[in-house]
Amino acid sequence: MTSEEFNPRILGFLCNWCCYAAADGAGASRYQYPPNLRTIRIMCTGRLDPAFVFRAFVEGADGIFTGG
Amino acid sequence: MVEAGRSPNIELLSNTDFLALDGKPGAFTARVRVRPRYIIPEKCTACGMCAQYCPRHLVDGYNEGLALTRPIHIDYPQAVPASYFIDPKACMYLKNGTCMICLSVCQTRAINFDQQAEERELHVGAVVMAPGFGRIPDSALEKYSYGAHPDVVTSLEFERMLCASGPFEGKLLRLSDRRHPKSLAFIQCVGSRDLGCDNGYCSSVCCMYAIKEALVAKEHEPELDITIYYIDMRTQGKGFDAARIRAEDKGIKFVRARVAEVMPWGQQLKLAYSTLDGGHFFKAYDMVVLAVGLDAPADAAKLAQSAGFALNHYDFCQTTTFSPLQSSRAGVVVAGAFQGPKDIPESVTQSSAVAGLVSALTKQERGKGYVIKTYPQEQQVSDDEEVRIGVFVCHCGVNIAGVVDVPSVDQYVEGMEGVVFHAQSLYSCSQDAQEVLKQKIKEHRLNRVVIAACSPRTHEPLFQETLKDAGLNRCLFEMVNIRDQCSWVHANEPQAATFKAKDLVRMGIAKARHIKPLPEQTVSVIDKALVIGGGIAGLTAALSLADQGFLTSLVEKQPHLGGHLHDARYTLRGDDTAKILKNLINQVRKHQNIEVYLSSELGQITGYVGNFSSQIKGKKTDDQTTIVEHGVIVIATGGREHRPPRVLDAPIKYSDRVLTQNDLERRLAGRARNRAPGLVVMIQCAGSRGDDLSYCSKQCCNEAVKNALKIKEINPAAQVVVLYRDLRTYGYAEDAYREAREKGVLFIPYSLDPKPKLNAEGKAPEVAFYDPILREEVTLAPDLLVLSTGIVPEDTEELSKLLKVPITSDKFFLEAHVKLRPVELPVAGVYVCGLAHSPQPVEEIIVQAQAAAAKAAIPMVKGHVLVEPTVSTVDQPSCIGCGICEALCPYQAIRMIKDEKNKRKAETITASCKGCGICASHCPVFAISMGGFTDEQIKAQIKAFGAS
Repeated sequence: MTSEEFNPRILGFLCNWCCYAAADGAGASRYQYPPNLRTIRIMCTGRLDPAFVFRAFVEGADGIFTGG
Repeated sequence: MVEAGRSPNIELLSNTDFLALDGKPGAFTARVRVRPRYIIPEKCTACGMCAQYCPRHLVDGYNEGLALTRPIHIDYPQAVPASYFIDPKACMYLKNGTCMICLSVCQTRAINFDQQAEERELHVGAVVMAPGFGRIPDSALEKYSYGAHPDVVTSLEFERMLCASGPFEGKLLRLSDRRHPKSLAFIQCVGSRDLGCDNGYCSSVCCMYAIKEALVAKEHEPELDITIYYIDMRTQGKGFDAARIRAEDKGIKFVRARVAEVMPWGQQLKLAYSTLDGGHFFKAYDMVVLAVGLDAPADAAKLAQSAGFALNHYDFCQTTTFSPLQSSRAGVVVAGAFQGPKDIPESVTQSSAVAGLVSALTKQERGKGYVIKTYPQEQQVSDDEEVRIGVFVCHCGVNIAGVVDVPSVDQYVEGMEGVVFHAQSLYSCSQDAQEVLKQKIKEHRLNRVVIAACSPRTHEPLFQETLKDAGLNRCLFEMVNIRDQCSWVHANEPQAATFKAKDLVRMGIAKARHIKPLPEQTVSVIDKALVIGGGIAGLTAALSLADQGFLTSLVEKQPHLGGHLHDARYTLRGDDTAKILKNLINQVRKHQNIEVYLSSELGQITGYVGNFSSQIKGKKTDDQTTIVEHGVIVIATGGREHRPPRVLDAPIKYSDRVLTQNDLERRLAGRARNRAPGLVVMIQCAGSRGDDLSYCSKQCCNEAVKNALKIKEINPAAQVVVLYRDLRTYGYAEDAYREAREKGVLFIPYSLDPKPKLNAEGKAPEVAFYDPILREEVTLAPDLLVLSTGIVPEDTEELSKLLKVPITSDKFFLEAHVKLRPVELPVAGVYVCGLAHSPQPVEEIIVQAQAAAAKAAIPMVKGHVLVEPTVSTVDQPSCIGCGICEALCPYQAIRMIKDEKNKRKAETITASCKGCGICASHCPVFAISMGGFTDEQIKAQIKAFGAS
């Protein structure tokens, strides 16, 4: 696989109060970024159980993004 | 803003002029004129289609004229009301009767050119004046080539330039050639401390915002060379000096100088400036930012005339030291920059405080006409009931549908487990779409709703409201964000965006299958308050609470009320402090709603917001202990003058020759014949700003100027020398500083390298320092050596442990949010004001105390605290009582209890829980479940993520 073909599937866990809000802000400002991220909103990154990360890798995630 | 817009008890009249005010407190009639916006806000969805088609351009005032907008526009996406409006001065139809393109493109038919201005009469009990501040006139900026050269910009313009959503998307560019500047100068005090434009006051905020803008600019352009030219760096707020030090560490230069002029010089701008020692210099920069001050609002005089209150000599609202928010007309109060230039935290504090004042003024009418919405009986949804999900995919005009293939997303959900209905809607947030939603819930017996549209952060409450109207629990709702986080950010990749939208919707439905109704919980509130501390802050807070009608217990550890304000004899404005304080104490003692506990302190405290139980014990061992039940706590434990043992590395022996400002004030207020002797030297920041304490105490410069003026009043021949680092007589106190200089008080800045040398142990104090004006070492042997020693908080550590609330490294209480929640502590139901919060002058203490009382009154007025249903719950049989959750909870919302078998178990204090979920993710036995974000739900989302 060449790097051009690599199209990673990334799962993001976003804190409702900061990163999720910032992602909304990026939208309002029409910033463009690659469409590889799928997100799960949580109320605080403190909710992010490490087990969720492992589970996401098992489900085929190529990367995990967490913002909080 | 959104919250204010959403409250059924707040009517927002934007685009409206205030015309006149008649009547008296409790029964005012205000006349206002609502200008036409030519758009029906209830119908406008702010989709932006009209502005795309509007053929005319208009200079964008919101972006300081740096960008273009259209006559039909909204200032910024988060504006409230979230509705466009038409500028009649620019619209072609309103000017010339042609065009009307917007009318045909608006799909919600929100445009109405027939709207007329409407005069309205409002019957109100009190009026809050909060018109903000005005602009410094351009004439004051001309000497800096503003207007003549595009690369001289005001700080307001610079702020927009740096803003990510601003005209240059946060790129720092010169307006002349759109190149990145390599060097940049800030000029402070433009339009402030400047009698040339009649603004003798200090605008209080410019030093700090210049540092902020410089730091942001540095973040954008790390190589940028930034110099700030200043007279005094007035970073007197809580934590502000630390920001200045951070700026210096980042390489931002600070030069104490007065800039005479700025002239174009080739591709650059040439600054001519003079330093303290009389030196004249020139330096060239690529760009110059003028740190403009805050002027009085342009229509201040008109406003004052129509509402009948007085302005001060700078055209701001006139108030007094001890009634800082009361205008000269009873029932009319003032908040924000119109009361005097100030920053955000102080404005927010003032706005809370006036809400409390108004609440006291109108307490007879409280609750009348208050709108409480009612809902139909909630339909029971049991665990074993069939899951019936309805999915609604929103076009949002073209906002989503222009990128994402909405019909295919809608089709995609067909046949998914649990989905019994799906549909598209043009604008799912519109009023008619809510009706459709309600109807479909009934028709298809939906018990879960998924809406794929914009962000739950903005729209979840709206849809949840509709669910409640349809008799469904509001938690049976899941929102999928396919606009803000999909169509808007992948505008050029429609296929990938559609693919992503499908994934997100699938994940949302997966979660929805597992969502459960959660109870709406309320916690009742005991309508009694506890105020700790009987100084000026505690007295003011207690009186404000009592005036609003709440029983208040005031606990003071000393045998008398009044605290350290007893040490103050007069104020800068000449108030008789003792008389005012005595009066205040009398009011408190006589108030039927206040119970005073002297020589007492807080022993133990249990409970949570709404239901505290406190033990108040006398200081002597045989004193009795009283238990007080109350709903809220206001901390007003105060602070005291610091007495550092060493100042500027020299040991200090306090005596009748070496004194603090407080000692001096007592001496000056006395009758001794020689109380204001021939030579007095004052040393500012003695033990502050890194000398002993790390911070600036905000009030010492004012105190020094006040006492210097007093000395001059008693003995005009006396020589007063004030050695300072930055003289911080911010706001109107600048007038007194100027007066002191005019009366011959000598203000000489000192540096820390080398430091002034003190001999302050014996009977003949001496000070040796380098005088930058004379450019030589000077030694003085003053009759009095006065040290401005700053403020330290009274014992906060013990109380912080007792209430489990945080304190800063400087031992002041740490508020929940510096800007937005300045008087609340992170633990619900606990508030702070006065010197326990931060050092500040008495006027600000009073405002803060009124604000804390107003905030504390909110749960008591309501009688209950609403708890978001998304809180944690502990499954006690599974709990092993390890206590990890209790230790980790940042809100003290988990406590350990003993169950009936005497085993340790965790329990959530629902009223204090903020729903962060830290407890759930750390519980080793998965005994904690987060409402709305359960393990099961999140795992289902993760599984659905993998199932593409």
